[in-house]
Amino acid sequence: MSSAATANGTSLRSSSRARTVLRTAGTLPLGVKIGGLVVAIFALAAIFAPLVAPYGPDQLDLNAIFAAPSSAHWFGTDDTGRDVFSRTLYGLRLDLALALLVTYIPLPLGALAGAVAGFFGGWADTIISRIADVMISFPFIVLIIAIVAIIGPGVEAFLIGVPLAAWALYARLARSRMLVLREQPFMLATAALGYSRRRALFRHAFPNVLRPCLVYSTVDLIGNLLLLAGLSYLGVGIQPPTADLGSIISSGQPYLLTAWWITTLPGLTLVAFGVGVGLVGEGLADRSSEWSAQ
Amino acid sequence: MLTYILRRVVISIVVLFGIASLTFLIIHLVPGDPAKIQLGQRATPEAVAKLHHEMGLDKPLGEQYVEFLKNAASFDFGRSFTFKAPTSEVVSNRLAPTAILIGYGLLITLVVGVPLAILAAVRQGGIVDNAIRLVTTFSFAMPPFWFGLMLALLLGLEANLFPVSGYESGIDGIIETMTLPALTLALALMVIVVRNLRSSLIEVLGSDYVDAARARGFGEGRIVLKHALRNSVIGTITILGSIFGFLISVLVLIEAVFQLPGAGSLLLQAVQRRDYELVQALALLSGFVVVVVSLFTDLFHAVIDPRIRLAGHSE
Repeated sequence: MSSAATANGTSLRSSSRARTVLRTAGTLPLGVKIGGLVVAIFALAAIFAPLVAPYGPDQLDLNAIFAAPSSAHWFGTDDTGRDVFSRTLYGLRLDLALALLVTYIPLPLGALAGAVAGFFGGWADTIISRIADVMISFPFIVLIIAIVAIIGPGVEAFLIGVPLAAWALYARLARSRMLVLREQPFMLATAALGYSRRRALFRHAFPNVLRPCLVYSTVDLIGNLLLLAGLSYLGVGIQPPTADLGSIISSGQPYLLTAWWITTLPGLTLVAFGVGVGLVGEGLADRSSEWSAQ
Repeated sequence: MLTYILRRVVISIVVLFGIASLTFLIIHLVPGDPAKIQLGQRATPEAVAKLHHEMGLDKPLGEQYVEFLKNAASFDFGRSFTFKAPTSEVVSNRLAPTAILIGYGLLITLVVGVPLAILAAVRQGGIVDNAIRLVTTFSFAMPPFWFGLMLALLLGLEANLFPVSGYESGIDGIIETMTLPALTLALALMVIVVRNLRSSLIEVLGSDYVDAARARGFGEGRIVLKHALRNSVIGTITILGSIFGFLISVLVLIEAVFQLPGAGSLLLQAVQRRDYELVQALALLSGFVVVVVSLFTDLFHAVIDPRIRLAGHSE
């Protein structure tokens, strides 16, 4: 964006920057636009759930138990007459907030660890890489369930367990990127110009390491969202009656045949949101490989 | 070659050691007291102290760590107090359904996924390729447990083709009770296999030696069969080896959906019964399996592809 702005000889006044942003947005692939739109709609609906949702997440209506989807209840109601659409919005809101947290807090830490490992090599590389291997070898769900066994069921285990392992994936990605970067002319130039290793690492190499990590983070975000829903489905994540996609899906399982909507529609919501994020991620990945090809 | 194998084995042992240490650390550093969780919040201090002693939690941390490593190395985790049997026996009794689910799921993944990937790679940008891309985008965003429930609803409850829970052994029983779980697993793995295999095949089919084969006048069919298939096998094994941890996570979910008596549902039971020693044994086992599978795929890869072990030398 900023390179386009300077190429046109425009200063970074806010109006011209906004125009550049718009122009860049206009050239994005169709998939990214559709995906971005889907993500925006769901994210806004989730953020403003208290305004958008027609009912409260825990509001019982004993006159409307197991009501099929209708204009009054878009996703129908559950075994206590709660509105499944409202619960889905509140659930997405909570799940999304937690998934964002455990995706974007480990990202810079993992990227930094990987960048250091790749930049310095030697012992730093060996130690960081082996620790990353250990964290990656543990199946996520097993790691979190092991923590649940110690601290009891609840979202805390998810919040401890995911960052504990998630940084390692970014570290591995950043390390392999750094190994390539280290040999690039602009990095060799930093040494020739007498820049300190610290300046070369943080000012020149690190921003380039972050880009593939950010692209990968879209995959990670969906993964964490599905993981959280899975844990709640298993009963070791968010605890009922708090609305969350996994526990809503799980609560519908006994009534799968008679009230299919309780399980089906919140799941479809999750799929739709995930497809949106996936489309954006794919578009960014394509563009990113164009960048690195240049 | 021998140097490479040795190097890989040593790294694997280091990682195994790390996994055991991490399991130990989780138990001792994560705030929470297994004895209190087991006995409930209103337990008397005497009862907690007694259980601490039985569990060996009152010994110095260093001593506990050494003992833990010794036990882990011989896979001896004492008796499970909730199942009233040796932990290793409890675990091994539950491995069969899990192993069958993995085998059946991988079979479906390969039989469907490999031809799809070849088709997509050969006709790059064609209808099949785009359709596969679209389907994989969707299935990638699908929670495996939810997809399992949808299969149970449509093929189990509506069409009445399969039972939606339980497990029976024997070929007939397996086909009847394991088809839906295996399909669920296959969908979760298929996305990854098809995507990765497609891109590695595209790379192979554009490489110099394939061009050379074309120049020598070999037909496209023969080229695809000989080079693409050979590389598909290597590629698929590598991919599956690298996602085994993910596979185990999915297994836990699928066994819960279809109420299969496997190792994954044992893990959940162990948590519900607060049998943390059993949880610990299962956590270690799953980590070990991932490391060993990854070691074997790497060694297999090195035997097949000389570039790998040569790269290992120059590092």
